[in-house]
Amino acid sequence: MSTYLAAAEPATAEATGVLALGWLLIALPLLGAAVLLLGGRRTDRWGHLFGTAMPALACLIALAQFAALLERDAEERSVGSHLFSWIPVGALEVEVGLLLDPLSMCFVLLVTFVGTLIHVYSIGYMAHDPDRRRFFGYLNLFVAAMLLLVLADSFLVLYVGWEGVGLASYLLIGFWSYNPTYAAAAKKAFVANRVGDFGLSVAVLIMFAQFGGVSFSEVFAGAEGASEGVLTVLGLMLLLAACGKSAQFPLQSWLGDAMAGPTPVSALIHAATMVTAGVYLVVRSAPVFEGAPDAQLVVVIVGAVTLLFGAAIGCAKDDIKKALAASTMSQIGYMMLAAGLGPVGYAFAIFHLLTHGFFKAGLFLGAGSVMHGMGDQVNMRRFGGLSSVMKVTWVTFAFGWLAIIGFPGLSGFWSKDKIIEAAYVGDGWRPWVFGTAALVGAGITAFYMTRLFVMTFHGKRRWTDDVHPHESPLVMTVPLMVLAVGSALLGLALGPTGAIAHWLEPVVGAHGEEEPVIAVTLLTTLTVVLVLAGAALAWLTYERRPVATTAPRGSWLTRAARRDLYQDTVNESLLMHPGAWLTRSLVFFDNRGVDGTVNGLAALLGGTSARLRRLQTGFVRSYALSMFAGAAVVVGAMLLVRL
Amino acid sequence: MNPMNYVYLSAVLFSIGAAGVLLRRNAIVVFMCVELMLNACNLAFVTFSRMEGNLDGQVIAFFVMVVAAAEVVVGLAIIVTIVRTRRSASVDGANLLKY
Amino acid sequence: MSSTATVLAAATDTGTGEAVTFWVLGPLAVLAALGMLASKKAVHSALLLALTMLSLAVLYLAQDAPFLGVVQVVVYTGAVMMLFLFVLMLVGVDSADSLVETLRGQRVAAVLGAVGFGALLVFALGDAVVTNEGLDQANSEGNVEGLANLIFARYVFAFEVTSALLITAAIGAMVLAHRERHLPKITQRDLSVQRFRGGQYPAPLPSPGVYARHNAVDTPALLPDGTPADASVSRVLAARGDVRSIPEQASTTAIERAAPRREDDGS
Repeated sequence: MSTYLAAAEPATAEATGVLALGWLLIALPLLGAAVLLLGGRRTDRWGHLFGTAMPALACLIALAQFAALLERDAEERSVGSHLFSWIPVGALEVEVGLLLDPLSMCFVLLVTFVGTLIHVYSIGYMAHDPDRRRFFGYLNLFVAAMLLLVLADSFLVLYVGWEGVGLASYLLIGFWSYNPTYAAAAKKAFVANRVGDFGLSVAVLIMFAQFGGVSFSEVFAGAEGASEGVLTVLGLMLLLAACGKSAQFPLQSWLGDAMAGPTPVSALIHAATMVTAGVYLVVRSAPVFEGAPDAQLVVVIVGAVTLLFGAAIGCAKDDIKKALAASTMSQIGYMMLAAGLGPVGYAFAIFHLLTHGFFKAGLFLGAGSVMHGMGDQVNMRRFGGLSSVMKVTWVTFAFGWLAIIGFPGLSGFWSKDKIIEAAYVGDGWRPWVFGTAALVGAGITAFYMTRLFVMTFHGKRRWTDDVHPHESPLVMTVPLMVLAVGSALLGLALGPTGAIAHWLEPVVGAHGEEEPVIAVTLLTTLTVVLVLAGAALAWLTYERRPVATTAPRGSWLTRAARRDLYQDTVNESLLMHPGAWLTRSLVFFDNRGVDGTVNGLAALLGGTSARLRRLQTGFVRSYALSMFAGAAVVVGAMLLVRL
Repeated sequence: MNPMNYVYLSAVLFSIGAAGVLLRRNAIVVFMCVELMLNACNLAFVTFSRMEGNLDGQVIAFFVMVVAAAEVVVGLAIIVTIVRTRRSASVDGANLLKY
Repeated sequence: MSSTATVLAAATDTGTGEAVTFWVLGPLAVLAALGMLASKKAVHSALLLALTMLSLAVLYLAQDAPFLGVVQVVVYTGAVMMLFLFVLMLVGVDSADSLVETLRGQRVAAVLGAVGFGALLVFALGDAVVTNEGLDQANSEGNVEGLANLIFARYVFAFEVTSALLITAAIGAMVLAHRERHLPKITQRDLSVQRFRGGQYPAPLPSPGVYARHNAVDTPALLPDGTPADASVSRVLAARGDVRSIPEQASTTAIERAAPRREDDGS
């Protein structure tokens, strides 16, 4: 473990050259957001182009930095740049600085690259929206906040970015806030995130109290000598934060409703980047979790539960975006599971995160393309047979589909298979339970993604009469193609070559060469068989047999999954109603008890004064009498004292 | 005769003056009662002066008279003004400044 | 009150003449003061107060304070009391005050307070150590010179301050008693100009008619051209309709001359 920790804290060199431009990565999208949001209607005509140029420029800088990092030795790839002193108060010295290391580099590349593609896509997707400029302003704001989150070199700066992405997410989910349902969805996401943010703020406070600082280096240095109890609490608080942001059990309920936002938002924020911030947080806080096995176990349990939970919901949803959202939840469950496994899983968590960022963004954008062609319908029971009219979308979507189910050779295969392998590493009951959960999850994933794909693009045309499906414009399909290429090849490029593991080794440590409890070849075969079985089942169910245009009643499990396994019901009955009751009783107490005391006191004083003021008769002789009496008392007192 | 009798007389006159201030409504009479109280004090001063054997008490009585004269001038002017505006010299009449 | 007290009493005793003066004037002063308190008329109160002050002046003289005695007579009974009387005349010398108490409990409280306060003082004074140094030594150069030595030496600052006080009081009294004139004074010339400019009838009104058969206030006078002068009859009668027309009263020729014109008048 000590070797691991040494590896986890590579000496951070001061940034030079292009690496010192890290602040530009954040500043550019922030400038874009400022110009677009403050510029008003003047920027309507060129706002979308400007808003796209900013992340694109950031992407170029990120690529240059990536190249610069590649030139360095593995041990020197962690560079920090100090920006300014933020909170210099007494014992608390918070410096704002950026940390560019292999881990944050992965995120920077993902965010800027996929972000840029989605910006391009949005030019076409939002072309007819009167508020397109505002949309791009929010997107830029999100990119800036996300980059601040991943580039931060302390938990407090990370927290700023964390809140920033939450804000952007809220603004974008509620982008069409004239629809009350969407506005409510935005509020729900914000509130659920707030529960997680609470965990992060508590974690930051614990760090300051225990380690005297909040920067990564101080915290990780302190974590080495801290007691396991402290680290467990810290780890659970960080996990709470991660659950909120990444829609993990039990804070998962907001993600499905978050699909109210425009589809590019779902792709960028609620699939590719923001929701993976929780995984980033767990991996980044690896030294904390390494010292707290119990917290790690909870992370794994959360991941496993969520991956099955999301998969179950995904099987029942007919809304294409909600099905994809459930899938996102499930895939992040995989990442969380891997992140909880320790050094053996960190690299694969990030690996799966990257590949998932590509193929899920591609899937969402493909879904957006379908919706674009189908007049914003989302009900898959009304799709079908679209493969002939939307060829580009169909092909690119197919790549994403094959990638996510883990079809051999494509991205998802390499990353997810590694996670399943890692889950089977260990001894005792854990590998069997978690490995099997991951394995079963892969099969279910294959089933529901194939169902989604088949219901959308194959089978009979079940369109409503008023739709005229058509292929999307080039500005939308080109990003789809790029993402499809990524979905196909990224895994191959990074996984089997060991590139990702080596790249991340300076940050997360080397993963041990431990063998899974089942032989790797057997495991891979088992996975592929399960995946094929799930896909085949879906194919038989939804391709061979006609699909009803209205949902059949289904089994109780289906009905439960359609209602998101009663998560909202549980939240309402466990949290909302008691909370509302508590609020009402507090209001009652405040009105009657607190206000009553205050008002009663005031009334008492007022009443007494009203009576006392009657002494003020205006008759000067009465005053003279009291003066005289007072003089008499004074004289009497003086005599008394003297006597 | 004991010279303290002068002081007793002074105390009695002072009390009568005080009672007059409290009892009479006519501002001018009230003012006269104030003068009576001042005179009672003067008598006490003069008596103390005589009892102590120096003239300081008489000097103070002298100053009291000067101040009383000034006070009478201003006080009567005020009473005249009040009478002019209120058509009454009653001290109970001017009672607007109250609760 | 044993032998020491007797000795003390002997040491502090005053002369018999002074005792007689005191016992005559002291009760007189108290009675006058009570009378001032009880009299209904303010003038009586003022006169009784003057009597009290005169008594006190004499008591000052008896106590080797001739200067203060004279000042008392001149300033108080002479100046201050006369000022009071002037003001009383301004306010109305005849007015009698009602002695009915209007404030509830005021009279009882005032009497109790005054009696209690007096009793307190007397009770306290009963314990005082009595000396009677006498002013023979202090007055050796004469009472006025002795006072002057003190006033212009030790108390000179207080003396100067009282001079400022007196001036301030004089100015204050003038300011308070001054009545502001808001309009220029109207002269007789102004009045007569006003009378002629007003457009009213400036001369005395003509007297009623001469064609009287009886009390003729209801019959208008006739102008030289034979028309009736409306101003010669009271407006009240005209309003009542009690004015008699000329034809009823005048001679026939007058009727013949006057009648057509009257119809032209339309009255």
